[in-house]
Amino acid sequence: MRETGHLVHEYLRSSKRFPHIWCAGCGIGIFMQALIRVIDQKGYRKDDIVLISGIGCSGRLPVYVDFNTLHTTHGRALTFATGIKLVNPRLKVITVMGDGDAVAIGGNHFIHAARRNIEIASFILNNNVYGMTGGQSSPTTPYGATTASAPYGSLEPGFDICRLAEASGATFVARATVYHTRLLEQLIGRALEKKGFAVLEVISQCTTHAGHFLNLKSPVEMMKWQKDNAIPVEKAREKSDAELEGKIVTGVLVDRERPNYHEQYYRLVSEKATV
Amino acid sequence: MQKQVLLQGNEACAAGALMAGCRFYAGYPITPATEIMEIMARKMPEAGGVFIQMEDEIASLGAVIGASVAGSKSMTATSGPGFSLMQEHIGFACMAEVPCVIVDVMRGGPSSGLPTQPSQGDIMQARWGTHGDHPIIALAPSSVYEFFELTVQAFNLSERYRTPVILLVDELVAHAREGVILPAQDSLKIEDRLRPTVPPEWYIPYADPGTGVPPMPAFGDGYRYHVTGLYHDVRGYPTVRTDEVEPLIKRLFTKISKDFDRLQWFDAYETEDAKVTVIAYGCVARAALRAVRTARENGLKVGLLKLKVLWPFMRRTVTSILEKSAKVLVPELNVGQVSREVKRVNQTKCEVVTLNKVDGTPIKPAEIRQKLEEIYP
Repeated sequence: MRETGHLVHEYLRSSKRFPHIWCAGCGIGIFMQALIRVIDQKGYRKDDIVLISGIGCSGRLPVYVDFNTLHTTHGRALTFATGIKLVNPRLKVITVMGDGDAVAIGGNHFIHAARRNIEIASFILNNNVYGMTGGQSSPTTPYGATTASAPYGSLEPGFDICRLAEASGATFVARATVYHTRLLEQLIGRALEKKGFAVLEVISQCTTHAGHFLNLKSPVEMMKWQKDNAIPVEKAREKSDAELEGKIVTGVLVDRERPNYHEQYYRLVSEKATV
Repeated sequence: MQKQVLLQGNEACAAGALMAGCRFYAGYPITPATEIMEIMARKMPEAGGVFIQMEDEIASLGAVIGASVAGSKSMTATSGPGFSLMQEHIGFACMAEVPCVIVDVMRGGPSSGLPTQPSQGDIMQARWGTHGDHPIIALAPSSVYEFFELTVQAFNLSERYRTPVILLVDELVAHAREGVILPAQDSLKIEDRLRPTVPPEWYIPYADPGTGVPPMPAFGDGYRYHVTGLYHDVRGYPTVRTDEVEPLIKRLFTKISKDFDRLQWFDAYETEDAKVTVIAYGCVARAALRAVRTARENGLKVGLLKLKVLWPFMRRTVTSILEKSAKVLVPELNVGQVSREVKRVNQTKCEVVTLNKVDGTPIKPAEIRQKLEEIYP
């Protein structure tokens, strides 16, 4: 494994003005480092990587890294990714989205990208809140949580992003946390290598806005919460739903084979093309 | 020798797009634009291009922009309700300077409106539908052949200026069938976006090369750069610096406004000695031509200015008509959208008269002729 200093010079944009915009204690930076490490380990060429984001704290990730980077509109990263992958299937297309980004405003695009099984590695940084706008409820905010937009407590249950992805047809679905960095890197690698729509939900912490309603006062407490509540999927299978209440089931939840969209499409082109 | 063929407007549009080099189509079914999508679904695999039906119109234009960033000429087609959904990404394409073509086959509105009836109600939406100050180019064909021709030109303009170009078509022109002779492929002038020629390490993605339009590589070409809808500096990185924000928005406008002279596309009939000139576009211009001819036969000195470019508004051309005529008549299938622009640019004593119809039926030649006789000085 290459040293961190080497990775910084190789993958962070020297022409970009730092510091980054994330709060101290945010989990997005941990994910970004893990992503860079895995891309380096796997030996992908920087020219072949397209990193696409939507809007929100996670949306700012691509600007810092030296790939082909596209910061799109709120919730729509997967639509741009679809166009890019189909025009140039040789490219490794990666999206980074937040929880509100991916499954609230972008929910429609998310389920249809999964249904098509278009080859995109999708990373969803789930911090249970709209952080950039100041701590409003997201579709993964827990029931009853008090947020800036639910001052009397949220009346909505949160989504299980992985089950949504599975039901929609994603061929690889996994969950990790930013605390378990080894597992995180392993699962990022699996998602990148999947020849279909791959979803990795990354449980992350927003200490600025989500900490208070989760009753966790510091980044350290939030990461300890991830440590204490994570349960590998193999163990979780032996437990009842009641026992899994409030737990974070980590690992590979779904890994199945189904023809992906671009391979089917280009097979069609090879049959029909007259040029 | 090219043969005459019977084509529907929407078919002519698809033919024009393919000849212009369009190799990516993403869309969502909507009347009265669906035929374009159905043709593309058949033709794109044959042409080695990509067709995909997306989950909605927001996604369609997102995929189109992604495809263009990856180096493909790309388009979508829709009607009013879908055009409303696309506004978000029209703004993105303006800001990030991504060439693409959007066809809006206008139906009566607002909301679901009159899906199968002609209208010209989206002229102002094409101009100001997406939020914030931005330039836009919109073209309006009035025949099947013009729909073909202006589709080719829409791609050329979008590539030349790195900007979205909108085709505003009414249902009549989209669904009419006319005999047309399409030109041979090699007789068409096809423009492609400028690609960078410097080595990647010298490439500054949004630096003005003097023309206002920076060269654009495709993702995967080796020029790794950042694309965003945020205000950005010359490297593409987000900025709030006043000395970077203002030059960007000014460049977005001037890259098109410097060429206003090249964007005066119109047909003029008998305007030289006309006391009253009709200013029309789309299907209404056809009725107007008939009305003008009949009125001329009856001794009235009237003329017609048919607009092919609606945005940027052809101030110069329209002003030259306003200076010559005592009155202009602006018939439209809306409550007065282009007439509002004509009044705005009018610095003369010429009187601007409107004729508006919003009942879902086209304006007939007799209605225009009657109005001409009524207002003739």
